[in-house]
Amino acid sequence: MKELIIISGKGGTGKTSITASFAALAECAVLADCDVDAADLHLVLEPTIRRRETFTSGRAAEIREVDCTQCGLCETICRFDAIHDFQVDPLSCEGCGACVEFCPVKAIDFPEQDCGEWYVSATRHGEMVHARMHPGAENSGKLVSLVRQEARKIALKQNSGFLLVDGPPGIGCPVIASVTGADAVLVVSEPTLSGEHDLKRVLQLTNHFKIPAMVCINKWDINPTMTERIETLALSLGAKPVGRIPYDAAVTAAQINARALVEDSDGHAATAVRMTWSTVCSTM
Amino acid sequence: MKLAIASGKGGTGKTTLSCAIALAQTEPVCLLDCDVEEPNSHFFIQPEIERTEAVFSLVPKVDETKCTGCGECGRVCQFSAIISLGKKTMVFNELCHSCGACARICPTHAIEEVRKPIGSLEIGRKAGVRFVSGRMDVGVAMSPPVIRATLKHAVETELTLVDCPPGTSCPFVTAVKGCDAVLLVTEPTPFGLHDLVLAIETIRELGLPFAVVVNRANGEQNRISDYCAAENIPLLLQIPEDRRVAEAYSRGQALTTAMPELKTALASIPQQMKDLTEGRKEREAAACL
Repeated sequence: MKELIIISGKGGTGKTSITASFAALAECAVLADCDVDAADLHLVLEPTIRRRETFTSGRAAEIREVDCTQCGLCETICRFDAIHDFQVDPLSCEGCGACVEFCPVKAIDFPEQDCGEWYVSATRHGEMVHARMHPGAENSGKLVSLVRQEARKIALKQNSGFLLVDGPPGIGCPVIASVTGADAVLVVSEPTLSGEHDLKRVLQLTNHFKIPAMVCINKWDINPTMTERIETLALSLGAKPVGRIPYDAAVTAAQINARALVEDSDGHAATAVRMTWSTVCSTM
Repeated sequence: MKLAIASGKGGTGKTTLSCAIALAQTEPVCLLDCDVEEPNSHFFIQPEIERTEAVFSLVPKVDETKCTGCGECGRVCQFSAIISLGKKTMVFNELCHSCGACARICPTHAIEEVRKPIGSLEIGRKAGVRFVSGRMDVGVAMSPPVIRATLKHAVETELTLVDCPPGTSCPFVTAVKGCDAVLLVTEPTPFGLHDLVLAIETIRELGLPFAVVVNRANGEQNRISDYCAAENIPLLLQIPEDRRVAEAYSRGQALTTAMPELKTALASIPQQMKDLTEGRKEREAAACL
């Protein structure tokens, strides 16, 4: 089983659309949506939920008003500006427990936090593990690790050829949790100054964790000169360019119809995605 | 006023909109790029950088001559960032949240908090725009400390625009929390609507007033305007889908250059957000009476 993580650095470059198409092309892959903050893969793959679990992680402080002597020590200790007027703001609380530990009258509770839910579902292109964070909840990195771990269990049990992971944007903890230990990443970039800048940072990250990287350029024809520049940059950072996908209105149309692009279209973009997938397979 | 420009989904136009609003103002304005994992505002503002500041976080350093290996530090740490094994105490900097509990609890005062570099701030100016961009170092996991350092550069008297990170969890909440109002930018696709709703749920938890801007509006897809109408959410502007804008963006050109006809509408957004915020305060005050 090969595990491929689709990431992008910059958001909105087409990770989810490409993951959905790869899912259709891979036949019997196991899928994971690790963009747990803003998960969208289910909008295309329309999963039927088979198993539903609560995700609890971390704790948050709660001051018991009846026992509080209003000494103010907790407010002084808190490094996250989460305590004002002897009340904890749950959205600011980091869950470090310093106030709980040092409260002289032990008036602060520290319950576990219900951060969201995760699911194992059936889709028309294989089983999928996905999740939903509660608004403003913390520890998305831990949830990402959990989703990946569960998906990997299923992929190994089913003896699947591929585990395809739709990753989060950025380079922070959810991305690190998504890529560590993977067989390869595919970075979906776009031919813009921002795309180039963000690609460089995300490839520095994959190099830091020694994960083989490939790069494809979405909407490459918006700026062909920039596409060349990005592919040169990718090569210089040890990542292989594996495809150029042209701008095509069929991509948005597929999303609106809750279909993967390659399921319905034989247009330019769909053909390019098919070619990219075959290059990815031969590279891995 | 401190105005956050945010979105659940990435790549919907936060940076485009933040920079365009900044460049459309006639009064002085401050732009803080808080998308510290992938900051891009500098491409569109092209400021002259006057200075760079390093951003640090505090991590524990154990003095082995004083450490007795009692393990109190490891017990109090919620993040498994410090562990005592026999007489040896090990620190895992990348897991540390800088809460200081280990240093405070250590009975022999063997733990000192030292600074670890995690990013930098670029501070500069372009005409009337004061510009600060936060940048997290590659390989660092937690962005909120860099975001907080960037936000410290807001000035009460000036209009401050905060270009926020995508998503709905800690980085997004850190950037949005101290703001007076939130402008959400999205695109009229199913993904755009889905992630907008998630962002709105989070902003409602924070209790902040908000409004919506649609980017890449094509006149055919009305799911965002329909949603806003049904939820009674102000929709301030629809930026039309246009290859001109996409190509200008790819070269680092601001929206105000690609579509100068939008300048008046962009210039008026901060005032509209202010009216929205004050209107809400008045309604709340009236409700209290």
